[in-house]
Amino acid sequence: MLTFQFVSTVRLGIKSLMLHKLRSALTMLGIIFGVCSVIAMLAIGEGASYEAQEAIKNLGSNNILLRSLKPPDQARQQGGSSPRGMQLAYGLTYEDGARLQSTIPGVNRVLPMRIIRENVRFDRNEVPCQVIGTLPSYMDVTGAGIVRGRFLAHLDEQHAENVCVITTGLARRLFPHLDPMQHAVKIDTFYYRIIGILQERSQPEQRSQAGAMEGQPLDNNVYIPLSVSRTRFGETLIRRSAGSFEAEEVQLHQITVQMQDLAAVETADPQIRTLLGRFHDQNDYEIIVPLQLLRQAEQTKRIFNIVLGSIAAISLLVGGIGIMNIMLATVTERTREIGIRRALGAKRRDITTQFLVETVVLSVGGGLVGVLVGVLTPLVVSQLTTMKTIVTVWSVLLAFGISGAVGIVFGLYPASAAAKLDPIEALRHE
Amino acid sequence: MPADSAIIRIRGVEKRYVLGGEADVLALRGVDLDVEAGSYLAIMGPSGSGKSTMLNILGCLDRPTAGQYFLGGEDVSRMPDDQLSEARGLKIGFIFQSYNLIAQLTVLENIQVPLLYQGKDVRSHFESCLELAKLVGLGDRLHHRPSQLSGGQQQRVAVARSLVNNPLMILADEPTGNLDSKTGQEVLDLIDRLNQAGKTIVLVTHDDRVASRSHRVIHMKDGLIDREVVNRPLGPRASDSPS
Ligand SMILES: Nc1ncnc2c1ncn2[C@@H]1O[C@H](COP(=O)(O)OP(=O)(O)O)[C@@H](O)[C@H]1O
Ligand SMILES: [Mg+2]
Repeated sequence: MLTFQFVSTVRLGIKSLMLHKLRSALTMLGIIFGVCSVIAMLAIGEGASYEAQEAIKNLGSNNILLRSLKPPDQARQQGGSSPRGMQLAYGLTYEDGARLQSTIPGVNRVLPMRIIRENVRFDRNEVPCQVIGTLPSYMDVTGAGIVRGRFLAHLDEQHAENVCVITTGLARRLFPHLDPMQHAVKIDTFYYRIIGILQERSQPEQRSQAGAMEGQPLDNNVYIPLSVSRTRFGETLIRRSAGSFEAEEVQLHQITVQMQDLAAVETADPQIRTLLGRFHDQNDYEIIVPLQLLRQAEQTKRIFNIVLGSIAAISLLVGGIGIMNIMLATVTERTREIGIRRALGAKRRDITTQFLVETVVLSVGGGLVGVLVGVLTPLVVSQLTTMKTIVTVWSVLLAFGISGAVGIVFGLYPASAAAKLDPIEALRHE
Repeated sequence: MPADSAIIRIRGVEKRYVLGGEADVLALRGVDLDVEAGSYLAIMGPSGSGKSTMLNILGCLDRPTAGQYFLGGEDVSRMPDDQLSEARGLKIGFIFQSYNLIAQLTVLENIQVPLLYQGKDVRSHFESCLELAKLVGLGDRLHHRPSQLSGGQQQRVAVARSLVNNPLMILADEPTGNLDSKTGQEVLDLIDRLNQAGKTIVLVTHDDRVASRSHRVIHMKDGLIDREVVNRPLGPRASDSPS
């Protein structure tokens, strides 16, 4: 019986709202925009931070990355006048690696890498690549996965075997029709036998390096034993730029320090800075702590959500005020109806319910449309742009819940104003 | 205490409108009145004599500032608002001068409104609502809106609506005031028939011909009952069955 009464109250509410279709629709617009913007903005924010966090997580949150940097210009002048002559020597060294391993507490592994840009050839195909000289522990430290064959082994390193592992993308480009396994690719003047194919995860540190060389796919990596990289390519690279030769001596391009746990990452960060600072008199390296980046990203996201939340709250507030305004007008307009209903036995709370239901129908109706538009908007955005968007269930529930709450909060005052009317006065109202 | 067949028993009822100091209006100044079950009472009097105030108190729309009002044996003069609402819905049927139908509802829905507030299931009362609509001659107009009806038809819907909860009595404030004499006659005939069927009627009017249909007329003046005229005795049938 109660539910029947409720259903007929809702039906009555809809009926009364339908009497003024345009007015009701305009009133709902405020809520529609509010709900829609909550969902859409949260979806875009969520998508952006998801991408950032994924990228950072791929670096490994237990890792600390050290990268060689070409020092700024004036430092280079000093380097030029160094005992090594015209040759510019900078960057991380094997000694750095050894010192890190022996002095920093909580270090699990220290993974050195030499990253050299070379063209890799097979048959008539030639692809510009990063030739990465590294150790077998690369797999554990980066969490990369082998698709076929195996990764570099200790024996390869010890015997300086001319073997290599290539990424899936490179395999596709070099061997469009062939099975690459056991074929040999040519790098510079030497041949390397392919022993495995690696599924590379997106790695921003390589991405940024590749970004320097325009138009390069990110996933053209060849992995060779570190010892091979050292002997085949040497430590001095000669680069031709703007008509002049420039020689660079870099021992290691990157060192990834894998810590035992997150706590060790925190304590090791300043220690590593101090240690490296003592042995490098020029600013020729950078330290990247993915954990910190992750924290920053999370912090940014939190701030982003607060800002979005405030914007959404304001737009819903405005929508709510619009609803209240209209409902107050409606109550005045329908004073006589209120008087009639009171004379026919309606209690105060019946009148409250009637107007509250009407307000909630407005706001929830607006909420439903807003959810629909709000779910569609991110879809359209990610279709038209490269932005990733994620519509989370909680954002939809939140937006919808708020719209309902707005209806109740802003409907309460007009409804109680209606219920407080004196029946006799109300009946006399024209 | 108030035994017998008096459906309305009023003792020393005062109504003071507080406007501040000397400006207060004493609209009723100690009225005593008994109304027998099944009787037909007309209230007359000059404008401002307190008729409407009286009817509002009888209809539980308002409370007296002093005195007592027993409705069907129950003291309603001090009831809280919710109970008054319930008393209005259950025991009283209103007929207003300006019909007071709800514009967005159909004839049938208007008749059903008082059911809603008693928590009654409208569907299970459909038959009785249909009966009422037929009784007032609007069985074929169930789904019309008030704006599609003539004044007389609207007032007949109001009569049907006043009966839907089978109240103790019907209160009518100048029910024919807005109608031409012919349609007014029809509505008054309808009210006569209700009274003959045992309903207690209290009706406010300016018109002697309307008042002449009642058993008893009270004339009010300055918030008091000035004089009382008995037109005809209460029929035996109504006084035998006070329900
Ligand atoms: N709400 C009110 N506030 C102040 N005075 C009122 C109010 N309602 C009625 N009165 C006064 O009470 C007296 C009786 O009014 P009413 O009962 O409406 O008379 P009638 O219906 O007989 O014309 C009048 O003097 C009127 O001015
Ligand atoms: Mg009056």
